[in-house]
Amino acid sequence: MRQRRRGLGRSAGLALAALSCGSALAGGDPAEGEKVFSACRSCHQVGEGARHGIGPHLDRVFGREAGSLEGFAYSLALRRKGAQGLVWNAQTLDVYLKRPQAYVPGTRMSFRGMAGNEDRANLIAYLEAASAGAPAADPGAAPAPRDEIGALAMNIEGDPALGQYLANECVTCHQPSGRADGIPSIVGWPRVAFVRALFEYKTNVRAHEVMRMVTRNLGNDEIAALAAYFGSLTPQ
Amino acid sequence: MTSMTRRTFGIWAGAAAASLALPTYLRAQDRPRVVVIGGGAGGATAARYISKDSEGAIDVTLIEANPQYTTCFFSNLYLGGFRSFQSITHTYDVLAANYGISVVNGRAEAVDREAKEVVMADGGRVPYDRLVVSPGIDFIWDSVPGYSEEAAQIMPHSWKAGPQTKLLKEKLEAVENGQQIVMVTPPNPYRCPPGPYERASMFAHILKSKGFTDSKIIILDPKEKFSKQGLFQEGWEAHYPGMVEWYGPEIHGGIKGVDPEKGTVETDFDTFKGALVNVIPAQKAGAIAHQAGLVSENGFCPIDAESMRSTMDENIFVLGDAAIAGDMPKSAFSANSQAKVAAMNVRGDLTGSKVFPARYANTCWSLIAPDDGVKVGAQYAPTEEKIASTTSFISQTHEDPALRKATYEESLGWYAGITSDIFGRQG
Ligand SMILES: Cc1cc2nc3c(=O)[nH]c(=O)nc-3n(C[C@H](O)[C@H](O)[C@H](O)COP(=O)(O)OP(=O)(O)OC[C@H]3O[C@@H](n4cnc5c(N)ncnc54)[C@H](O)[C@@H]3O)c2cc1C
Ligand code: HEC
Ligand code: HEC
Repeated sequence: MRQRRRGLGRSAGLALAALSCGSALAGGDPAEGEKVFSACRSCHQVGEGARHGIGPHLDRVFGREAGSLEGFAYSLALRRKGAQGLVWNAQTLDVYLKRPQAYVPGTRMSFRGMAGNEDRANLIAYLEAASAGAPAADPGAAPAPRDEIGALAMNIEGDPALGQYLANECVTCHQPSGRADGIPSIVGWPRVAFVRALFEYKTNVRAHEVMRMVTRNLGNDEIAALAAYFGSLTPQ
Repeated sequence: MTSMTRRTFGIWAGAAAASLALPTYLRAQDRPRVVVIGGGAGGATAARYISKDSEGAIDVTLIEANPQYTTCFFSNLYLGGFRSFQSITHTYDVLAANYGISVVNGRAEAVDREAKEVVMADGGRVPYDRLVVSPGIDFIWDSVPGYSEEAAQIMPHSWKAGPQTKLLKEKLEAVENGQQIVMVTPPNPYRCPPGPYERASMFAHILKSKGFTDSKIIILDPKEKFSKQGLFQEGWEAHYPGMVEWYGPEIHGGIKGVDPEKGTVETDFDTFKGALVNVIPAQKAGAIAHQAGLVSENGFCPIDAESMRSTMDENIFVLGDAAIAGDMPKSAFSANSQAKVAAMNVRGDLTGSKVFPARYANTCWSLIAPDDGVKVGAQYAPTEEKIASTTSFISQTHEDPALRKATYEESLGWYAGITSDIFGRQG
């Protein structure tokens, strides 16, 4: 895995998986868990003032019904699970994070899962420790863009008609329904997060051959148009 | 599968007289009419996009010979035991129910270009304002002497998916330890350049998983090199040492012919006997493209790179395997990509909607062994003479196993994505 985001969790996990195969729940180390959380950070915030990003904020996730926060467009799958009684605790988080798609088939979280038991234990300890402050009043706002990346595209109002045309290429792989069967969902994202992701592929900050090729010939107007179009779709 | 009986229909002469007598599918209406021949990767995508994006302003009829479509793509994974036959078979129900497309289950026999009507095998005629032709390939049976449509019951090609795919799977499961599989691969151009070699990998995987490591797979290739060669050869060495042997023309000296009775393939160098012989003959555009007079000397259809419009008839678009698409390989991904360009131009012609400059793309994944996936991809743009590659990539040898696994998982996502893009989202 050369991919930045998922790569971190995975390579750490590989080393540890060999040592332990039991449950992940025995007393994790929050300091270690904070490092592991880098695998989640591009989509989730936790702690005081946490906001929704690509994923819902994870503040005070313990004891919370799955898929229950206001202002976040959860998948039907996760909302159903919540309605059926799934509440987040160390145990349920452990199973979900190990293989999200296996535990909640149809979840929109495009994260393959974390194999290392110890990583998950540490991560869960960290989430518990970090879940402190009250959530922000303004869910849906994404983190501010980094200056050097795509500042131009960030400020362009995308043309959705152009976006729809350009999207024809994307939907061969990314399903417009928001379903993810092995390729992440890209619908309903905040514009800034979307633009940033494309620039990160374009500049190889995120290394992925296909997405690098796809973004290589896209100009600022086109990236903005794609962000506007996919942002306008609601996950089903 | 669709192997066309080559009836000479006398389209041009017969047209005028026939149109008086024969039944017609013509319905009273004033919307512009688009007819699509072939409900595969190219045709079904085109029908869906024209209907969806015109929001009902265009009347779309899809003519398809078979009631269901089994994808060639991922049929190798069925052979390797990674997919069920069911999971690679799709219906036209969603296109009919949710997109208002009239799906006609029947064979188009000819195109009356003057009258702008498609002539059906039962004699019916379907009028069009624009015609999209995406019939896929047909075989040049005698490109391998001794091979024929009948011989394919003994030596399956399985290069059109359906009963042939099941037949090959049965024969594969019957191979015993120590027995040999012989493959005859096609010359360029053919559908899915890495396909034969992915198939060889799946053969080897099945044999290996049964412990039949004394068996061999011999590939007799008329080409000097093949798609993703370095990646496949590295993979065969690593996963199936000594089991897969590839012979190019320098080694076998030329493929002389097959003997289905004896189960042998004769080359200049030697005669090879196989418990299973998989012959993939040379290919040409589907018969209907020939009958419609849309092909050039090489057996495929020349098109305008900006639009996929036939250079032979401005009212007709040709997509997918049947078209001469420059640097693009014949793949489902390519056909799907070309279909969207054609659909946009068809709408432009008929409703005056905006036509953006054409962009094309392709990525082809291949599975070498469980969790060992590789890929090759490119983007394309029209130039004066052809659809030309603008940027490309290919998996590297010696890649990290985790990356190979991620590549395989990605291909599963692609299959789900493209099939819902072709046939509409099921359920
Ligand atoms: C083993 C194998 C593996 C492959 N793997 C991949 C892969 O991994 N990725 C990829 O992108 N591609 C792959 N391909 C290639 C892919 O299947 C083809 O390139 C693609 O299907 C071409 O689409 P098409 O629309 O041109 O033709 P098709 O998909 O073949 O569709 C043609 C349709 O037209 C119908 N038809 C033909 N003539 C008539 C007529 N006269 N009247 C009515 N109906 C008619 C046929 O019944 C058929 O349904 C693979 C192919 C093979 C054989
Ligand atoms: C690519 C973005 C992405 C990554 C990376 C990601 N998530 Fe998620 N996460 C989501 C999305 C989107 C959802 C909403 C899922 C749904 O609606 O089905 C979600 C949901 C969740 C939920 C359920 C929250 C609720 O309110 O019910 C938890 C818990 C969670 N993620 C934890 C994590 C952790 C811990 C990590 C890191 C190991 C992680 N996620 C990595 C996108 C991501
Ligand atoms: C050939 C298949 C393919 C095509 C076509 C494609 N993508 Fe992707 N895309 C992927 C894959 C695979 C990933 C996951 C990459 C990774 O692991 O970083 C991805 C990731 C992404 C992400 C980040 C998702 C996340 O969860 O972080 C975005 C945004 C994205 N693509 C947008 C697009 C857009 C916009 C287009 C069209 C212009 C497009 N993609 C075309 C395969 C594709």
